[in-house]
Amino acid sequence: MAATGAALYLFVTIHLLGNLQVFLGPEAINSYAAKLKSVPEIVWGARLGLLATVGLHILTTIQLMRINAKARPTAYTKKANSASTVASRTMYLSGPTIAAFIVYHLLHLTVGSAHPQYSETDVYSNIVFGFRVWWVSAAYLIAMGLLCTHLRHGVQSMFQSLGFNHPLQTPRIKKFANAVGILYFTGFASMPLAALTGFLPPFFERL
Amino acid sequence: MNLTLHVWRQANAAAPGRMVRYDARDVSEDMSFLEMLDVVNEKLIGEGKEPIAFEHDCREGICGSCGFMINGAAHGPQKGTTICQLHMRYFKDGEELYLEPWRATAFPVLKDLVVDRGAFDRIIAAGGFVSVRTGSAPDGNAIPVPKEAADTAMDAAACIGCGACVAACPNAAAALFTGAKISHLGMLPQGQAERSRRALRMVEQLTLEQFGSCTNIGECEAACPKQIPIEMIARMNRDHLKAAWQFRGAGKSGGGE
Repeated sequence: MAATGAALYLFVTIHLLGNLQVFLGPEAINSYAAKLKSVPEIVWGARLGLLATVGLHILTTIQLMRINAKARPTAYTKKANSASTVASRTMYLSGPTIAAFIVYHLLHLTVGSAHPQYSETDVYSNIVFGFRVWWVSAAYLIAMGLLCTHLRHGVQSMFQSLGFNHPLQTPRIKKFANAVGILYFTGFASMPLAALTGFLPPFFERL
Repeated sequence: MNLTLHVWRQANAAAPGRMVRYDARDVSEDMSFLEMLDVVNEKLIGEGKEPIAFEHDCREGICGSCGFMINGAAHGPQKGTTICQLHMRYFKDGEELYLEPWRATAFPVLKDLVVDRGAFDRIIAAGGFVSVRTGSAPDGNAIPVPKEAADTAMDAAACIGCGACVAACPNAAAALFTGAKISHLGMLPQGQAERSRRALRMVEQLTLEQFGSCTNIGECEAACPKQIPIEMIARMNRDHLKAAWQFRGAGKSGGGE
């Protein structure tokens, strides 16, 4: 779980950096997309790799849930939570919601079947017009909020699971995980918000 | 002060249990929690009823016998305190308290608030022996131990095996207990000879006992009456990963038998 989580975390980072190029204008992001698509080996390699990683991440989670459900079949009448974060307790909720979002997100901006005016080559317009629909942006913001709480627990948990805990470094890792959560949310949220507020104008208005 | 108690009553391991309401009257704030229950029990015995069963021994917080949930918190609301050392002054007059046994498949309820923690003993036993010289007492400081290692080993050795970590964990995992036991010997030079194999076998026993799996949530370290940190769990994971690599292909418990 830690290993697949780390791989997915790396993808999220690359995905965010790649997509933030939308602020550099249509030429930048469209040529970036064209470059990626020009090497099918890389695109399909990454897609299949990601699919396998997500699959393993979910599979190990289901195994874990089954072990843990068996370990405590009788619930407490009362249970107090004193130390755990909301992020850590809601991993089983944030996870499936993100998975459902990924399916929609792929249909929306990769396959295009859930997009009103999808273009194979004009990624910039896909983003701008896609996010101009307010409820699409709202769903996107909620999913990103959950993704970032998921990462908040995931990043620090990963180190602990792989056996790394240090009196000086672990508090730093926790701070880093929190900062990353907020930073990534800001990054991802900036795109739909920019499209909604008109900060990102449609392609033709820029000409 | 007066309190209302809701206590889990279960006649034996096979019988179904339920929460029963009791009134605790004229409780002195200087009583420990167990002394308060003693008074409730004396009244029950006087009425010819079955007293509430709970485990206890030293009543000075060092034996690890006592422990149950008070309002969903293992050993009650006071940090770093076992139930026998928890005093009634931390509660308010008229408060309602829910007392429940540790809940885990690995800890079957024997009666009322008493659970069978034999799983912990089997984890310790799975760890096996430590190669130390027997005979006359060794010279003090004959084996140098770095200060940090001695401190960590001592922190780990503070574990009294009460089971609060399992009870507080949403997954009923015993990672903090096992981590403490592995760290306790693993930090010292005397524990190095069997360090890898010990980690491998104790973790293997941990899964056999049907404890849950750790998700690094941290409820255990907050509930631990000895305030053992989850750093011990990371050390267990590290030792286990290393050992699994070291003994790859040698069978699950590292062979040698």
